[in-house]
Parts: sequence; structure tokens; C-alpha cells
Amino acid sequence: MPSQDGSLKAITANRLRDGVVVFLGPDWNAGGEVATAWVESFADAALFPAAEAETALAAAKPRAERAQFGVDIYAFDVETENGVPTPVKMRERIRALGPSVRLDLGKQAAA
Amino acid sequence: MPLIENGRIGEDAWSFAPDGEPVPNDRPVIISFERWQAERASFDGRNAKLGVRLKSGTLAGAIAPDLDRFALVAVEFAKFRDGRGFSTARELRERYGYTGEIRAVGHVIPDQYQFLVRTGFTSVEAPEDTNPESWANALTEITVAFQPSLDETDPLSLLRRKLKVG
Amino acid sequence: MNHIAPGARAGIYHYDEIDRRFVGERVEQFRKQVERRLAGELTEEEFKPIRLMNGLYLQLHAYMLRIAVPYGVMTSVQLRKLASIGRRYDRGYGHFTTRQNLQYNWIKLEDTPAILHELAEVDMHALQTSGNCVRNVTTDQFVGAAADEVVDGRVYAEILRQWTTLHPEFTYLPRKFKIAISGASSDRAAVRVHDVGLLAKRNAAGEAGFTFYVGGGLGRSPFIGKLVREWVAEEDFVAYLEAILRVYNQYGRRDNIYKARIKILVHELGLEKFKAEVEEEFARLRGPKYRLDPEIVAGIRAHFAPPPFEDLPTRSDALERAKAENPAFANWVAVNVAEHRQPGYAIATISLKPAGGIPGDATCDQMDLIADLAERHSFGELRVSHVQNIVLAHVKQDELFALWTELDAAGLGTANAGLIGDIIACPGLDYCALANARSIPLAQALSARFADPIRQRAIGELGIKISGCINACGHHHIAAIGILGVDKKGTEFYQITVGGDPTLTAAIGDILGPAVTETEAVDAVEAIVEVYLANRTDQDERFIDTLKRVGHAPFKERIYAAD
Repeated sequence: MPSQDGSLKAITANRLRDGVVVFLGPDWNAGGEVATAWVESFADAALFPAAEAETALAAAKPRAERAQFGVDIYAFDVETENGVPTPVKMRERIRALGPSVRLDLGKQAAA
Repeated sequence: MPLIENGRIGEDAWSFAPDGEPVPNDRPVIISFERWQAERASFDGRNAKLGVRLKSGTLAGAIAPDLDRFALVAVEFAKFRDGRGFSTARELRERYGYTGEIRAVGHVIPDQYQFLVRTGFTSVEAPEDTNPESWANALTEITVAFQPSLDETDPLSLLRRKLKVG
Repeated sequence: MNHIAPGARAGIYHYDEIDRRFVGERVEQFRKQVERRLAGELTEEEFKPIRLMNGLYLQLHAYMLRIAVPYGVMTSVQLRKLASIGRRYDRGYGHFTTRQNLQYNWIKLEDTPAILHELAEVDMHALQTSGNCVRNVTTDQFVGAAADEVVDGRVYAEILRQWTTLHPEFTYLPRKFKIAISGASSDRAAVRVHDVGLLAKRNAAGEAGFTFYVGGGLGRSPFIGKLVREWVAEEDFVAYLEAILRVYNQYGRRDNIYKARIKILVHELGLEKFKAEVEEEFARLRGPKYRLDPEIVAGIRAHFAPPPFEDLPTRSDALERAKAENPAFANWVAVNVAEHRQPGYAIATISLKPAGGIPGDATCDQMDLIADLAERHSFGELRVSHVQNIVLAHVKQDELFALWTELDAAGLGTANAGLIGDIIACPGLDYCALANARSIPLAQALSARFADPIRQRAIGELGIKISGCINACGHHHIAAIGILGVDKKGTEFYQITVGGDPTLTAAIGDILGPAVTETEAVDAVEAIVEVYLANRTDQDERFIDTLKRVGHAPFKERIYAAD
């Protein structure tokens, strides 16, 4: 369960073949194919306490790169607002949702 | 490391003698430009061929006065993105009239091979696990050039078009 | 009447078999490069410069593909293809950029070879729209039509396009390299803020030559280009540029990406030393190999022959009648229509800046309509301007009303060219991986605030330009009112500059005071406008002239006094 102190992180990448934003999912370490480790919706993303995020990133990043699955892989800060996890930075909010000026496009449109 | 010449893996007659290690007298050897500067007198009277390796920041002008001592100039690419070597080779050929072998060493990729040839390189030291097919393709996939250059291809370009007509 | 293919009269360089073969080979080359990347033979580090040189960026939501529109000119057929690609591979729209190109925002890497193949069908490509190479050469959007033109910049922009295409020596430069050409007495191409800015002119004998400015640029360290040579004869045009690029390639910094542009080299080396290095190379390069033969120039110039204009009276009665009957049309003519050198014709700007809209965006339906209108009214040709609008350069004055009527019905009839609503904005944090703050929402709020066409005309010529980060794609440094988005601990703030000037009297704007929030920024701009209106001597005193006369104090006082 996400803690309430705001020091959570999620791990993200862009999928190599289409550029789509993906997040490391809850089954990331289950040993399946690389693609199953990642999810497209931020709501499904795994959340890590800061210390664990580093370990997870160090393990998941080379796997995704070796499989030619993802690029630009990094961790970002997440806070919980009224119990709902939200990226801290505007940049990550926009990546998780879509352009703020085109609500008909991006992940927000599918939601 | 495989040596690429004319689009194929070729025999490499040269070896590199790292600074501080002895330089064999009986076969072609490449030394660093720094070593040449420090120990040049020790190469007086050498019969076997000598080559010099320039770091990517060392420009053609630095070696120009001594070019007649070298049968090979190796131009280093620290990163393939660092394109100074293209100008170095071109200056060696066009400005200083160098006719020996110019070899690209360091980090270069097959996608740069045609540019290397067109700026005056004759050979490339490729990484161990390189795909020879990619080097071979690199010379044939683009058949049109838009500038005059040093290679033997037949560019049907703006400037070359004129040369052919005239 | 013989059938003439649409676009055959357009003022572009028309491809021959060799050009088509080349672009086709490049598409196949990139197809293989994508395969090698997906197979892992190329690392991301190695693939990135290769995809960039094919116009492909990785942005926040997907890949972005930037299509080259050489010197901003294209045919109706090409625009229809862009619309069709936008529907099939993107989300039904495109974004016209300050570099006179078009960008798609939702591209898949695996679709890119197919897209490039479709572009090649209409003689288009995405080559060198990014990467550390010589980029698309830009010029005056009124080229070939403007009344004040001395030399046709397209001819030399095309020569440069060819000469820099896959240049073997200059494709891995320290950093990107942008060239702009202006051949008219007013500079509409912002030549002094480019790596190389060229003023094409004629000497007393009527021969073409060039004044070279080098080392201009915006970004983190803005510089105005310095005069490097007053006159370079046409035949030395290529040799002199080759000399500049060789000096830059050898001496430009590669240790720090923020200091790698030629402006830093010129600054650190000093102008005199830089000139001496260039002159030394030039003296050697000058000769038969690099000489630009007049025959070559004539051959290229033939592509840009004027379209078959009709002999028309200077004054159009139909136009005058329509203006008298329709004030909204009359306003559009006064603002968006410029003088043509051919009697009876006019240059019409189609604004992509509707009030509250996203600057530079056009839907694929709008693109199709503009293509139709270009065919009916402008010889099948259109231009993209560096202020992100579309220009129909050769419209009969008699037909302006018909043109406007259709534009207006499609939401493209906004009368704000050059006015405060004609805002330049980069994509900002809504799309761009480099941005620190959003640009578009502020542009939308400002254009909505100043939507009233009467108020806009009363304010007069006043440009607002917005960038979402210090890379300055929105050209904020050279705006009358420039706005730079910054990130302060996760919140977007906006820094306001005033007094920038993109023309030959180029100037970098000065920061007015501390950065403000988005809402405050809209109010601050309105306050600046009010202070200007209160202080200007008369309607003809432009904002930047009033600013020069009264200084920053009254503006600062008004915005920051309440703090």
C-alpha cells in the first residue's frame, strides 16, 4: 500500500516501437516477458518507497533496454492527494494524462 | 579488431604500439601523436612503415609538417557523434596533399561509412562484434551525392553535374 | 486548354529522377536503420542522431515527426498528402513551426518508414529537420511576391538545401546549424538571430551577392549575429559557407552542449580571429571545385519562374466594393493582406491563431481546404511563415472576397497578422520533452483576452512570443513582449521581457521584473499594453518605439507597484 508521506516513486519509460508512455507495473519482477512488466496506465503503475525505487530501476532498466522494449527509463516522484496517487511534477502529470490543451487526446481521452 | 576496407573485412598489416611499450622495427607500427612529439628522434633511420594516431581534438595542421614520415594517419573518433575527424581527413587530403592511408579508429558506426570514404578515409577499425553486412550496405544504399568530394563515386549533383557537363 | 497538374506552377524546386531516386534511397536506408534498432544492432545512443536526422524526436507522449518544407514553400498536392498522413498515422492535425516546417505529435517509430515513403510520393521528406547538421534553410514567406524584393532567396536556399544534403563533412557538427536568407529590404526572416544570416543584395552592376552575419541565435545565451563579410559574390557563396562550417566543425566546442553553437565559438574566439580563420580557409577553397557557376544558378532559378500572372489593373473595383459592403472583410484585408509586386494581385496571410486557439495547429480538414483554396486562388502554391501562419502569395485582388468567405466559414478568417493576437508559441510542456512550463495555455488566454479585432487594430503592430524553456523555440527574446516559462519548485512561472526586435535592427528583449504566474502574466501583458497606449505619441508610434522613448520605468511601476 502507498504510504502517506509523499516519498513514493513510480518508474516510467517510452516504449521503443511506438513511443507510448509506459509505467513499471505490479508484476514487474514476476519473471515473465519484459512487455508484461510494464503497463500503459498510471493508475496501474507500481509505487515504490524511494529506497526501493532505486533497486527496482537498476533491475528493470537494463532488462527493458536489452529487450529493445523501452527507452528514457527513470523514476519520478508521486504524492497521494485524497488517497489518489498523483505525479508531483506537471511534466509527469501531462505524460500520464495527455496534453492539457487537448483533453480529447492521450491517455485521458481513453479514460 | 576487424579492419574494414572497400566495404569488406580486410587484412590488417598494422599494429598499435601503446606509449611506453617497445616499437617493433620489422613491421608497420602505429604510434601516438604524443609519443611522436616526445621521441621523434628515436625513429630516425627506421625502415619499416610508421603510422601516427591523432586524438579527436588534434587537428590536421598539427601533423602536417611531418606527414612525409607516415604511411598511415589514424584519426580517432572519441564518440561517433564527434565529427571533427571528417574535417581532419579532408584537410589532410585537400590542404596538405596527404596520399597515404587514413584510418578511422575509435567509435564509428556503419551509417557513417560513406561520409568517411567521401572525406578521404581509406580504412576503418570496426568493433569486434560488428555486422560486416551493414558496412557493405553502407557504401551502396545511397547513390546520389550533392557535393564534390574525394571519393570515386559518380555523384550526379548540383556541382558535379556541372563538372560532367563542362 | 492543356491540363496542368496541380502544383506544376508552384514556386518550388521541382524534383527530377535523380532527386526522387535519392529520397527513395534515404527512405529505404532509414527503414533498415529502424530494423537494426529494433533488432538491437544499433543502440539507442547510436540510433538517436540517425532518427533525428530523419526528423524523428521522442517527445512526452510519443514520437514527433518534423517534415521539411524547404524554405516554407509547398504545393497543394503536398499539403493534401500531409493531411492524409495526419489522418492515417496521427490524430487528425499537424503543427506548423517557427522553422517553416510541419510536425506530427503522435507518431509510432514502426510507422515512420511507411510515412516517409508516402512523403516521397509527393517529393517530400523529413531530412535534416533535426540533428547536429545544417537544418532546413528558411527565408521570407513573401519571397517571389513582395514588392520590396531585390533577390529571390528561394534560389539560394535551394542551392544550400542541395549542398548541405548528406554533406559528408558537416553531418556531425558540434550542434545544429540554422541558416536564414532574406532578399528584400525588410527582413522578414530574422536573419540576425541565426547561426548564419544572409542578406542577399545586388551591387551597382546588378550582380547578386551576400552579406554574411554569423553567430546569432537565441536559447540560453542569446546573441545578435555579427557582420563577418559585407560582400560575398555569388560564385563564392558555397566556398565561403564551406569555410565557415569547416572552421566551426574543427573549433566549435564539444565538451558542453550549451556552449556548442557557433555563436559561442565566435564569442570566445573573438570576431577578428574567427574572421581570419574563415578567410584563410576561404582563400584556399576558392577555386573551380567550389565555384558556384552562373549556369547552375540559372538552372535552379528556372524552377522559380513567376507563375503566369494576368495583366490586371492595379486597382480592383470588385475588392473595393466588397470592402465597402463588409466591414469584417475590410478589416481582414487591412490586416492580413500585403502588397504584391504584380498589379492586381495580393499576398494573403491565413492566420492559424484564432482567439483562444493553439498557435500553428491546423486540422487535416483545414489543410485540405487550404489546398483547395491554393489551387483555386494561388497557382496551387502556399507557404508556411516563421510566425506559424499560412500564406497564399499570388491571389487576384478580385478573388480576395471569395477566398475570405471560405476561410471565415472554416474558422481560418482571423484578422490578426502581425497584431497582438498573432502569438508565436512553442509546443511547451504539453508536448515537448525539453520544456519546463506550458506555453499554449498562456497563448490561448492572451489571444482570448485580446480577441476584439477593433482593439487589436487600435493597439497596432505588437508581437507576443512565448517559449516553454530557455531553448527559446518560441523566439521570446526577439519579441516586443516575450514570455519565458520557467519551473519554480514544480509550479509554472512566466518571465516577461520587452523590447526585442527580430528585424535588421535586431535586439534582445530586457527582463522586466520577477516571474509571475500564468494568470498574472495575462494581466501583466494587458497592463503593458495599457501603459503603451497611454504613453504613445500617436497611433503611428509602435510599441517598441514608445518603449525606447519612455524606458522601462512606467511599465515596471504598473506591473510590480502593487507588490
